[in-house]
Order: sequence, then C-alpha cells, then structure tokens
Amino acid sequence: MYELTVISGKGGTGKTSIVGAFAHLASNHVMCDLDVDAANLHLLLAPEIKEQGAFYSGNIAIIDEEKCNNCGICKEMCKFDAILPPRHCEEQSDVAISLPISHVVDPVNCEGCGVCVHFCPQNAIDFPENYCGDWYISDTRFAPLVHARMSPGEENSGKLITFLRQTAVKVATQNNRDIIIYDGSPGIGCPVISSLTGTDMAVVVTEPTPSGLHDAKRILELCKHFSIAVAVIINKYDLNLENTGEIERFCADNYIKIAGKVPNNRIFVDAVVKGSVVTECGNETINIELQNIWNEVRTILTRVKK
Amino acid sequence: MRKPLKIKKRLVIASGKGGTGKTMISASLSHIWDSPVCVADVDVEEPNLHLFLNPDIQEDKKIFMKVPVINQEKCNLCGACSDICQFNVIAIMGKKTVIFPEMCHGCDGCFAVCPNDAIIAGKREIGVLSWGNVDKNAFVTGCLRIGEAMSPPLMKAVLEKADSLANGRDMIIDAPPGTSCPAMTAAASSDFILLVTEPTPFGLNDLRLAVEAFSVFGVKMGVVVNRSGIGDRSVYEYCNKSNLPIFAEIPFDINLAKAYSRGEIISSLPEYKTVFKDLAVRIKHCMN
Repeated sequence: MYELTVISGKGGTGKTSIVGAFAHLASNHVMCDLDVDAANLHLLLAPEIKEQGAFYSGNIAIIDEEKCNNCGICKEMCKFDAILPPRHCEEQSDVAISLPISHVVDPVNCEGCGVCVHFCPQNAIDFPENYCGDWYISDTRFAPLVHARMSPGEENSGKLITFLRQTAVKVATQNNRDIIIYDGSPGIGCPVISSLTGTDMAVVVTEPTPSGLHDAKRILELCKHFSIAVAVIINKYDLNLENTGEIERFCADNYIKIAGKVPNNRIFVDAVVKGSVVTECGNETINIELQNIWNEVRTILTRVKK
Repeated sequence: MRKPLKIKKRLVIASGKGGTGKTMISASLSHIWDSPVCVADVDVEEPNLHLFLNPDIQEDKKIFMKVPVINQEKCNLCGACSDICQFNVIAIMGKKTVIFPEMCHGCDGCFAVCPNDAIIAGKREIGVLSWGNVDKNAFVTGCLRIGEAMSPPLMKAVLEKADSLANGRDMIIDAPPGTSCPAMTAAASSDFILLVTEPTPFGLNDLRLAVEAFSVFGVKMGVVVNRSGIGDRSVYEYCNKSNLPIFAEIPFDINLAKAYSRGEIISSLPEYKTVFKDLAVRIKHCMN
C-alpha cells in the first residue's frame, strides 16, 4: 500500500483542487483529508457518511467551584496562563449574572498538562478527556473518504491526524485499495509533521510568488529532515515566469523532481463553486496536464517504494 | 495578562483558509496607516511579511524552550516524572530514565514533582526571533526551526517582543491560517480581528469556522473579501445574515496578482491606495 501526502507550506496554493483532481484520476484508492483545521475536500467530493464517531484527545482541567478554596497554587504553577482568579472574571464579564467564586480554567489556554490537577491540595480539579471533534468514513463518487470536523479553537493535535491516517489504512486494507491520498494542512508544524512521517511520498504544491517560493523551500527542507521522497507541482506557473524559473532551478539544484506545471485558470474556482473537481469540467488542456502530473506522481511513488 | 498600557490598539489579520491574502493586507495596511505602527508576523511556521516589507533587521535571536534533562546519578527511577507527563516525554526504560525532548510542551510538571532533584533544565531551540524597522514602523517576526512541531511558544516570544517595541503605537499582527492553537494564540487579546476571505465555497467554509472559533474572545470582527468577482455570493449572504460587516472588497485583478508575485505592496499601487485608506479608517473607527 502506498501513502501519498499533498502539502504546500503556504496556504491557498491549490492543494485541495489538485487533490480533488487526483481523487478523480487515481484508481483503487482511498482519500483522506488531514487538514482538519480548515477541511475543504468534502466540498468537492460530496461525501455520503457511512460511519462516524467522536474523537477525544488529551484532557482539560476543570475547577470544582465547591471544593476550591482559592489558595492559588494552580495559578502559580500553570505555565500557560490558563488559570484566572475570580476577580479577573468579574472585570471581563459585562453582565454579571453568576460570577465564579473560585479560580477558573481558561479552556483556550489550557494545554492539558495536568500540573494543576496534581498539585491542588483540595483535589478540586477534574481532568476529563477533551472532545476535539467528529471523524467520518464516507463514500464518494470516486473513492472512500476519511475526514473529520474539528471543533473550532481546539488543539489540532497530531493525535487526530494519526487517528485519521490509521482509519484510512484500515479502510484501504478492508477494501483492497492500494493507495491513500492525503490532503495535508499548510505550515510546517505539528499537523504537517504528523501528516508526513512514515508516508511514502510528499507532493508539494507551490506558486511562483515570493511567499510560495519561500515556503516551498521550508517544506522541502522538512521533507528532507524526515527523509521523505518528494515531487513539486508549480500551480499558476504563468503568473510570474521568472519566479517559476527560480523554483525550477532550486529543484534542479537539489535533485527534486517537478511533476508538472499548471497554468492560472478561472476554471479552478468555477469547479469549486459547482462542487466539482477541476478534471470534471471539460477543459482539455488542464485535463491533459493533470493526467500527466498524476502519471508522473504515480511512477515516482512506485519507484520510491519497492 | 498581556495588555500593557504602552500599546494603543492591536489589530489581528486572520483567516480560516490559507492563501486568502492576509500577508498582502497586513503589508498594505502597515504601509498606509496614518501613524507609525508595530508590525508583527506571528505566522512563524511560514513567515512571509518580511518578503514584502524588506525590513532593516537589527537583531536575530535564537529562542529556546526549557526541557528536562535527567541527572542519572540522582535519579532513583521512581517514575513520578513519567507519571505526571501528559505528552509521553519521559519513559523509564530498564535502569534508565529516557527523555524525548522534542515532544515536551514545557509545563514544568516533572521539575516540580521529582522528589530527588534529579531533573535539570536543558533547552530546545524552537526558532529565531528577529526585529528591526521598516521606515517609521517597528517590525518583529519569528521563524520556526524546521522539524519543530510547536509554534505557540515562539509566537508568544514574537508578541512579547512586539509589546516591548510598540511604544505607544498601534500593532498590526499577521496571524497564521486555521482555527486551532496557533491561530487562537495570535487572536487572543486583540482589539479587532480582520478576517480575510475569498468568495468561494472554500472561503465561506473556513470563514465560518474562524468566526466560530474567534467568537470566544468577544472582540469585534470585520471581513475583507479578497478576489471579489470570482466565485459566488455565498460569503456575502453569510456575512449579511451574521451581521459581520464587510469592510472592503479587493477585486480579482490579474495585474494585482502579478504585482503581488513580484513582491510589491498593493497599497502602494495608485489604483488601490483608496481601498486601503478607507479600510484603515473603518478599522480605526471600530477599534476606538
């Protein structure tokens, strides 16, 4: 089984549109949206949910108002400024209906480290599991889709991503599918690292802008750091041919394969509006280019994993 | 809490979806703001603002996080550190306590709980903090070390530095995309959140998530619709229904896209000056 992750460093370079096209062009595959922060792939694939569940990750501290004697040890020991004294809440609330009489945990800042729970002399702090969102296994017109909806503001822990990847592998195994295509998130931090480690290949979608170039270099270095095979797609390449040339030179100097270049075209936005993937929209030039790119990616993938 | 009196107002430029134009808007606003500002790029995973503002950097400083190191001579393998750690950083393996410092969140629980004083402070580099000037404006940015998973500690270092440099000026903060911890870290303790979106189903979906996530802060929010003219009307309908004011629309224009790809500041182009001037006036009005 092959695992392929599509990432970009910079956001908005066209990752999800390209992943949508791959969903259409690939065969015998499973799709999986790992950009749980701002998941969009479902908007193109119109999933029909077959199975779902809640996802819990880590814990969150909650102070029991009755037991708390306001000694303040928790506040003193918290390294994340997540504990507010009662006075603070008073200042913050405009309508003081029921003011907390104890210290309170600010759930946005709480890291779930449990230090306050351990050191509270009154045993006044509960530490329940933290609900992060829901996961889904769906059918789509192309392939099964594994996706999730994270509760806004939640910690996008690598754990949810790892869980989704395990689920995708399970779905692929059960259905004898031989390739999993992941839609990754922007950046180079925790979620991206969890999306990359242990996969067979990364496809980096970039664009010929100063940000696109800068961020692609960083994500390519991250792939190197984790020794993951990589290919680059230059999207909207005709926006700035000079920058496109610079990306090509950078890739050549670093022995990085360019899987292809895609021109800037309104059809990508039109496809999103229609809820279609771009290769369903009948633009022959774009279709041929994307088919060539997919063939190239597929060839590299089979070569890196013998 | 972070909110010294020295700063006038904090404006956070955020978005759910990446690539909607946050950095373009941040650069443009800082360029035409009618008083000197302090600009902070807290998208430390992929900092880009410096590419457009070309700041004169005065200093680069490596930022470290405190992580545990075991003094094996003092350690009696009691396992208290490993028990309190929620992030699987510490494990007792045979006759040795082993540390995986890359996974440490810096809660200091192990230091506090060790009965034998066997944990010493080590450090892990999380990235580089840089600061300097762009004309009359102060500029701060952070760049996460490649391979480092956690961005909030470096983001906090950038915000603290920005606080100390603001010196009575307004602050413009370029936030990372998304709706999880990094974006929330950037949006916390702001006076106004400007959400940049595009009029497509992707833009709408992620704008909704961002509004839902940021509403816990109880701060005023406004929207900029970038690349208007493409896509559909759903973003406008949503803003209308949710009483989210649209502060500006920046039309889809291939010449703008090309100027951006050359690293130009859009508000310095004559045809876009007014749009950004008006936007700045509306934001200032809302913050004061």
